[in-house]
Amino acid sequence: MTEPLLRVRDLKTYFVTEQGSGTARAVDGVSFDVRPGETLGIVGESGCGKTVTSLSILRLIPEPPGHIRPGSFIEFEGRNILTLEPKELRAVRGNQIAMIFQEPMTSLNPVFTVGDQIAEAAIVHQHLSRAAARRRAIEMLQLVGIPDPEERVDHYPHQMSGGMRQRVMIAMALVCHPKLLIADEPTTALDVTIQAQILELLERLQAELGMAVMLITHDLGVVAGTADRVVVMYAGQVVEQAPTVELFAHPVHPYTEGLLAAVPRLDAPSLSLRTGGRGRLHSIPGQVPAATAWPDGCRFHPRCPYAWDRCRAEEPPLLDASQGDAGTHTARCWLVTEPQRRTRRP
Amino acid sequence: MIAPPPLVAVQDLVKHFAGERGWFGLGQPRAVVRAVDGVSFEIPPAQTLGLVGESGSGKTTTGRAILRLVEPDRGRVTVDGLDVLTLGPRELRALRRRMQIVFQDPYGSLNPRMTVRQMLAEPLAIHRIATGPDAERRIAALLEEVGLDPGFGRSYPHELSGGQRQRVGIARALSVEPQFLVLDEPVSALDVSVQAQVLNLLAELQQRRRLTYLFIAHDLAVVKHIADEVAVMYLGKIVERAPALALYAAPRHPYTTSLLSAVPVPDPTAQRNRIVLSGDVPSPMHPPPGCPFHPRCPHPKKNDRCRTEPPALRAVAPGQLAACHFAEEPL
Repeated sequence: MTEPLLRVRDLKTYFVTEQGSGTARAVDGVSFDVRPGETLGIVGESGCGKTVTSLSILRLIPEPPGHIRPGSFIEFEGRNILTLEPKELRAVRGNQIAMIFQEPMTSLNPVFTVGDQIAEAAIVHQHLSRAAARRRAIEMLQLVGIPDPEERVDHYPHQMSGGMRQRVMIAMALVCHPKLLIADEPTTALDVTIQAQILELLERLQAELGMAVMLITHDLGVVAGTADRVVVMYAGQVVEQAPTVELFAHPVHPYTEGLLAAVPRLDAPSLSLRTGGRGRLHSIPGQVPAATAWPDGCRFHPRCPYAWDRCRAEEPPLLDASQGDAGTHTARCWLVTEPQRRTRRP
Repeated sequence: MIAPPPLVAVQDLVKHFAGERGWFGLGQPRAVVRAVDGVSFEIPPAQTLGLVGESGSGKTTTGRAILRLVEPDRGRVTVDGLDVLTLGPRELRALRRRMQIVFQDPYGSLNPRMTVRQMLAEPLAIHRIATGPDAERRIAALLEEVGLDPGFGRSYPHELSGGQRQRVGIARALSVEPQFLVLDEPVSALDVSVQAQVLNLLAELQQRRRLTYLFIAHDLAVVKHIADEVAVMYLGKIVERAPALALYAAPRHPYTTSLLSAVPVPDPTAQRNRIVLSGDVPSPMHPPPGCPFHPRCPHPKKNDRCRTEPPALRAVAPGQLAACHFAEEPL
């Protein structure tokens, strides 16, 4: 097996809340690997800690109020990112690890041309001349499928549509050919036909450039179509991790199971909700707890249809639920050891 | 059997916005934005019309123009037989009791300085429905009906989760006992697990109160499960309208087909035959001549007629209308 490109171990990122009402344990002991060239999907709902995880990897957590706890470990190509000096960190950030964000409008600088913004990373990291960097920016615009790149390079972000701005963001991120691209909800703000364009573009660029992608999303449909492996997060923890096909076919954690059942699907017969409860969408009762007060025991137990005494008292570790190679499928649930308890409550 | 008369009927609704002028308001106004450009549909009582489209398609403006939250330029709207667009202010206020709206962003649409109880008491007082202990009883019953503990009456919006806020938004709309609700992306801001709860609630309420819904959404998968009929908008016009079953099983307009194919399916083993449309939605200030969809249309038979002659919305199958010259040969 190849060495992972990125190794995250027991990452804990906490925030001191404004009202002093306690510490928000936004990310609370997260571990996973990203292998060279693969797409890892990180899935979860708002507040599960998926974005804070990605910001922690690039050390973009504002301190205070946030801090990464001692004992956390993030290793990229054999070096612990958490102990790098600022200068060394800058050589990694935007160069070997790049990131794209959900909101292309707020992540681009409105007073610089898109060409200047793409060229900046090439000038800083690869010491290109201004003229060479401009040529590079035009090449990148072409690569991400923007028509008339020689003209567009001098445009400002407001002159572009949402889909085009997201392409510019991707061009900026990829200008130094990073080994890892972190994409945080890259298509959430886009219309579905534009989303299809951007997903196809990311897929093509990944194949051409051979980079690994960490795709953070709440959309199980997007993950199903793009990721090789999936990490499911809930309440600041990884609750399940498996190859994509395996996860969708045999979800083990009741949260994963519930989430998959709750997605309104285009490929399913209409539930005809209107005809009065003949059909009902499956929903997970209750809501995500607050990060300042995660429940004791298993953090999902108040919403879990199978929970029993042990779940309320004892927090499960990530247990091996693999049917094939050991360790390929893990789930943070006592059902792994007591599968006979997976019965619907009346 | 004779079909009941529609509760809501919209005929040739038009809303254009003047584009920006030059600097300091000098010079000729620039091109007009044809946000809603001749939209017609009917909704029978206690049924749901799903109005879908991408950003800028005019679906939100259509919903607001029907309620006269923006004044339409032209057209005819009747709700329960009453002509909405000719009413004076006083009659309009009376009619507002019968038609309400639920917004997408439950945080932006709830007053942060008011408690839930105050927000629900206000419409009751304005429409002289109830005050005092009677109002309190109604508020408690409303909260219960939308699945909230009556204790939430003392809460402020910031103390509630997204799903709870949306339930308050729904309770507020229901407080005046309307017949017709415009639901403008009511679940788009919610997480999947909570979205399902709110959709189930809307379905229950419709059943119990015989409500008529205009359900505006960009998510075709959500609409599939809640709508009886679906209308697809593109650049201010309806390009296809059909009973939900027909639209999802056999779309006739290439835009509908492309839109459906672009929705990601949560199944990694599913055959993907995604049609990836090139380009962006054109600006509604400069819609293309002929068929507005022609520059992006993937139909193999696309020809000069598509570039010059706008296709009319016409019946192509029982109950199914499409605005495409090649609707008989769908993609």
